Amino acid sequence: MLIVGELINSSRSMIKDALEKMDSTLIQEIAQKQVEAGAHYIDVNCGTQVYNEPEIMAWLVKVIQDKVSAPLCIDSPNPKVLKAGLSSINNNYQPMVNSITAEAKKFSEVIPLVVEYKVKVIALCMDDSGMPKTTEDRLRIADRLVNDLVSAGVKEDDIHLDPLVQPVSFDSQAGVAVLETLLKLKEQYPRVHKICGLSNVSFGLPTRKIINQTFMIQTMTAGMDSYILDPLDKKMMGFIYASQALLGKDDFCMNYIAVHRKGLYTE
Amino acid sequence: MEVLNEISQALQNGDADLVGEKAQEALNLGVSPSNILSDGLLKGMGIIGAKFKNNEVFVPEVLIAARAMHFGLNVLKPILANTGVKPFAKVVLGTVKGDLHDIGKNLVGMVMMGSGLEVVDVGIDVHEDKFIEAIKEHKPDILALSSLLSTTMVEQKTVIDTLIKEGLRDQVKVMIGGAPVTEQYCKDIGADGYATDAVSAAEMARKLV
Repeated sequence: MLIVGELINSSRSMIKDALEKMDSTLIQEIAQKQVEAGAHYIDVNCGTQVYNEPEIMAWLVKVIQDKVSAPLCIDSPNPKVLKAGLSSINNNYQPMVNSITAEAKKFSEVIPLVVEYKVKVIALCMDDSGMPKTTEDRLRIADRLVNDLVSAGVKEDDIHLDPLVQPVSFDSQAGVAVLETLLKLKEQYPRVHKICGLSNVSFGLPTRKIINQTFMIQTMTAGMDSYILDPLDKKMMGFIYASQALLGKDDFCMNYIAVHRKGLYTE
Repeated sequence: MEVLNEISQALQNGDADLVGEKAQEALNLGVSPSNILSDGLLKGMGIIGAKFKNNEVFVPEVLIAARAMHFGLNVLKPILANTGVKPFAKVVLGTVKGDLHDIGKNLVGMVMMGSGLEVVDVGIDVHEDKFIEAIKEHKPDILALSSLLSTTMVEQKTVIDTLIKEGLRDQVKVMIGGAPVTEQYCKDIGADGYATDAVSAAEMARKLV
């Protein structure tokens, strides 16, 4: 199981304010808290800084590294920003890039960075024809992504396929399409990882946390083995450890017992 | 009038068939189509919109209300056309160049149609020249541009700049939206309006014309 902590994202008003004030303490605090809560990677996204995204990314990476010893996930649709983030990393952890896609231009711009920095990479199942709608769309694109990434020299173990989760409020079949995709991917690419975010699925619905938690359990059962989420959400993290134990991914339930002892399940 | 209330209520319930039936019934009773539209269909949609903003109804309920609106409009359209009234403002809607996101745009399109606007959806990854062509062809009142990426929101500006260059800027109001877009960005690039969600987008479109 791999958890990418999603909280350092400038689309959140708290982070946006911190960036405007260059408040490194707050950024460091949030990074630290996420690691303590069980995040394996810290996602770093400053996408709202349209005019100086590369500079802000480099600053964020430096600030986080000064305080926290953890691998970082550099998150931007812009290859220049990815480069700015990756070249600022000076710890010894393998970074992650969020993300590459099968769009021809995007793939050709991001793949040199993936190879040069030997990163783990989140590969979104979308191509030049647009967002995937069906299970077949996702499998076709996943197939191409895995083949192209492996041919470029990326190890299967470094690939995290994102099947692209879409709101079930908009398309009633959106959830099940992802679950079917995962079951197929598990057969076809057992060594390739599968990742997703959990908030898209509940867009437009009330009590979103319930939908998000339920979808985490369903997707993990179907083969998802990494998530981009808020690790400070104790309910969600509690379900993650419980699901791992129940799916035979936690020998002697030791992780589950450990997080219980740390107080994860006390209100 | 009772039948108009029934139309509004059926629309709020998302009961498309009943909306169609009641619209026909109202016509048979001699209610004018524009009256049915404003005091039945749009009234119901307005209530749904207000409840949506208040978190009392949710996206799926807005969508089925919009579908019900269609059924009602389909009954009225031939008659409205005969009276020569141009009832709705027209919107050209698309996601900008380099951006393939479609769900937000589609949602905006559906709610706009459900608010009585005529929507021409030109798709995703739309080059600025294609927007210009669409404006020349469809002569919309509003151009609505979606962008979900920090790397593509700059294309919203490209489209506006191209409109100015082509001398078309005065003919059309420009609305922008999408996750990274802000009110400030809307001002920066000289767009006429910005909305945070589909219901607000439809309301803004009606306000701009």
